[in-house]
Amino acid sequence: MALMLIKFDLKKRVKLAQTVWFMYWFAVMAGVLVFSMGLFFKIELRKRSEFMDNNESHFLPNLLILMGLITCVTNAFGGKICYDSLDPSKFAKWKPMLKNFLVSCMCFNSLLLMTALLCFLMRIPLQFTLTEGLKNGMRYYKDTDTPGRCYMKRTLDLMQIEFRCCGNDNYRDWFEFQWVSNRYLDFSSKEVKDRIGSNVDGQYLMDAVPFSCCNPSSPRPCIQYQMTNNSAHYSYDHHTEDLNVWKRGCRDALLSYYGSMMNTIGALVVLVTILEVAVIIGLQYIHSSLSTLANPEDPESESEGWILEKTVKETFTDIMAKMKAMGKGSKVEEGGEAVVATVS
Amino acid sequence: MVVMKMKFSFQKRVKLAQGLWLLSWCTTVASAITFTLGCILKMELRRRAEVMDSGNIHVVPNTLMIVGLASLGINYFASKICQDALDAERFPRWKNFLKPYFAASCFFTVLMLLAVIMSYAMKGSLESSLKVGLKNSIRFYKDTDTPGHCYQKQNIDYLQMEFQCCGNSDFRDWFEVQWISNRYLDFSSKEVKDRIKSNVDGRYLIDGVPFSCCNPSSPRPCIQYQLTNNSAHYNYDHQTEELNLYLRGCRETLVSYYTSLMSTIGTGVLSVFLLQGSVLVSLRFLQTAMEAVVGKENTEIETEGYLLEKGVKDTIMDLHQPGRCTVPHICLCSPPSSTLPPQLTSIASDQPVSDPFFSAARSTSSSIPTVTYPRTGSHPVL
Repeated sequence: MALMLIKFDLKKRVKLAQTVWFMYWFAVMAGVLVFSMGLFFKIELRKRSEFMDNNESHFLPNLLILMGLITCVTNAFGGKICYDSLDPSKFAKWKPMLKNFLVSCMCFNSLLLMTALLCFLMRIPLQFTLTEGLKNGMRYYKDTDTPGRCYMKRTLDLMQIEFRCCGNDNYRDWFEFQWVSNRYLDFSSKEVKDRIGSNVDGQYLMDAVPFSCCNPSSPRPCIQYQMTNNSAHYSYDHHTEDLNVWKRGCRDALLSYYGSMMNTIGALVVLVTILEVAVIIGLQYIHSSLSTLANPEDPESESEGWILEKTVKETFTDIMAKMKAMGKGSKVEEGGEAVVATVS
Repeated sequence: MVVMKMKFSFQKRVKLAQGLWLLSWCTTVASAITFTLGCILKMELRRRAEVMDSGNIHVVPNTLMIVGLASLGINYFASKICQDALDAERFPRWKNFLKPYFAASCFFTVLMLLAVIMSYAMKGSLESSLKVGLKNSIRFYKDTDTPGHCYQKQNIDYLQMEFQCCGNSDFRDWFEVQWISNRYLDFSSKEVKDRIKSNVDGRYLIDGVPFSCCNPSSPRPCIQYQLTNNSAHYNYDHQTEELNLYLRGCRETLVSYYTSLMSTIGTGVLSVFLLQGSVLVSLRFLQTAMEAVVGKENTEIETEGYLLEKGVKDTIMDLHQPGRCTVPHICLCSPPSSTLPPQLTSIASDQPVSDPFFSAARSTSSSIPTVTYPRTGSHPVL
């Protein structure tokens, strides 16, 4: 008993071929879309690679680019097969390899599904990379005279302004790093000497944040120095003041930015997978309907189309038997060779 | 004498009609683009409406939008007309429509050219509007508790950060206004009292700027207070310290931003204007060439097309005084005797001008091809 049997006459076959051809062209465009999303994601990762310690994994965007290309090629090929299916002479040359093509399409589809899953899971490694990268970014903020790091300040400032965030988890992270370069510190002043003396590493730490943490929506001019000292500013309580600087940490901000991007891409890849499954089913129907023509000479005869020739269980047992036979066949061959070897 | 007379064989007429159809569809797309460009410009101007004092500049995007929509209609009809032009039965039904159509099209095409000129010429008006608008916005920066001005601070801060500018002409504009609200000033402190006393209006003026003036490209943390006091900061000279704040004024930045936007749009619309003009000229040629064919048996004859039947001056005078006849044997209206030269008055008054059959017989004897369907005896056809 075949799976999902449908009877086809010539008209129905023509309609099927046209529909599947159309769907293949949609699938080609979907492949182009996946390719471009992979490219876009790669560019976005490269743009902020300084905050990921230049260590970020480009595996996922590269995989997306590759998948997009393969999708385009396979679907263009499938579309050509569909186009030729209406002409018996042209279709004859495709017939022998059609079964293998369908099986390979199925394998590729499962790979596509795995890619979609990866898109949703990539958040986790990204989180760790970002934590490390942002910590280093803040550490090198003051090194505007060190080659290789001179743009860290500018990049970090622009990022905090654009993403409306401050520090790694929150603004207090800035209190743990010296972010004012020694070139601008007056080492003869008592205050500087006190601060440097007050901690083990000899760093000039203060309870202050850079200007890029300031929130423009605050009703008062930005308070960025002596933030924990309520008496330093008139009518100020740092426990209740919540509009002065950005409250969000940059790790959260970047993670949600990349996370939403990856979720969208993952959802899109799932949709492309569904489309691929549909075109495979369509092509299988075309293949089966054209191989069961009642009268092979007459193209207008009736035929039947199905997804699987036997039921799922029987197909599965068939495949198992075939694999066992292949395994036994190689064993017999080995045994034969051994016998030949002993004889000779 | 006729303006720009050209001979058109049948093949040439067909080619003209086909070319015109394609051109009118291209111009339809171009006019849709003009409308979109007008919308974009209007949106960009609205975004910064708080720092602009007057809305005079909005005349440019408004005109562009009107012209874009009108051109869509003009080109749609042009394509319809040239589709019917080659069919001798369908063409005459456009007869009464064509004169007002050409008048309206010429008006909107001239309006398009005006919009292009305005987009280049309105720089001065924009600059003065921005000068006043920015001055007011900076004055109300501190009023975050006054309804109507509470978003002024946020807008100015985002503006300065996005356009990388500070103040009106430069950062010193901030020294002249009190930009810290009284709510955050400790009036019991000596420093505050001194500053307030030091000027006539009793304002708290400082040589400091808001944080949004800070330049992230500066190698040192931002210095925004006590800018003119070199001794307040280590290793600082306010005359040579370049990168600390944004040096450009917001007025200059915004003017250059909007003028570059408007010049790009102006150039695009100029090309649309040229396209539209060519559509109208071709349509006129097609119309006049086809009018000679209507009513004739053999539609494949060679005809002449022209832009204006008489010279430009005569056409304009005709439009002003429709009853005036300059060439009596073509005009079929009864001319007021005062406008005719004396020797022609007697001839004109003898003949019964309103008789259509007599007029038709006379007109066929003229050398210039005219339409042969019965005239209403009102005024000469252009």
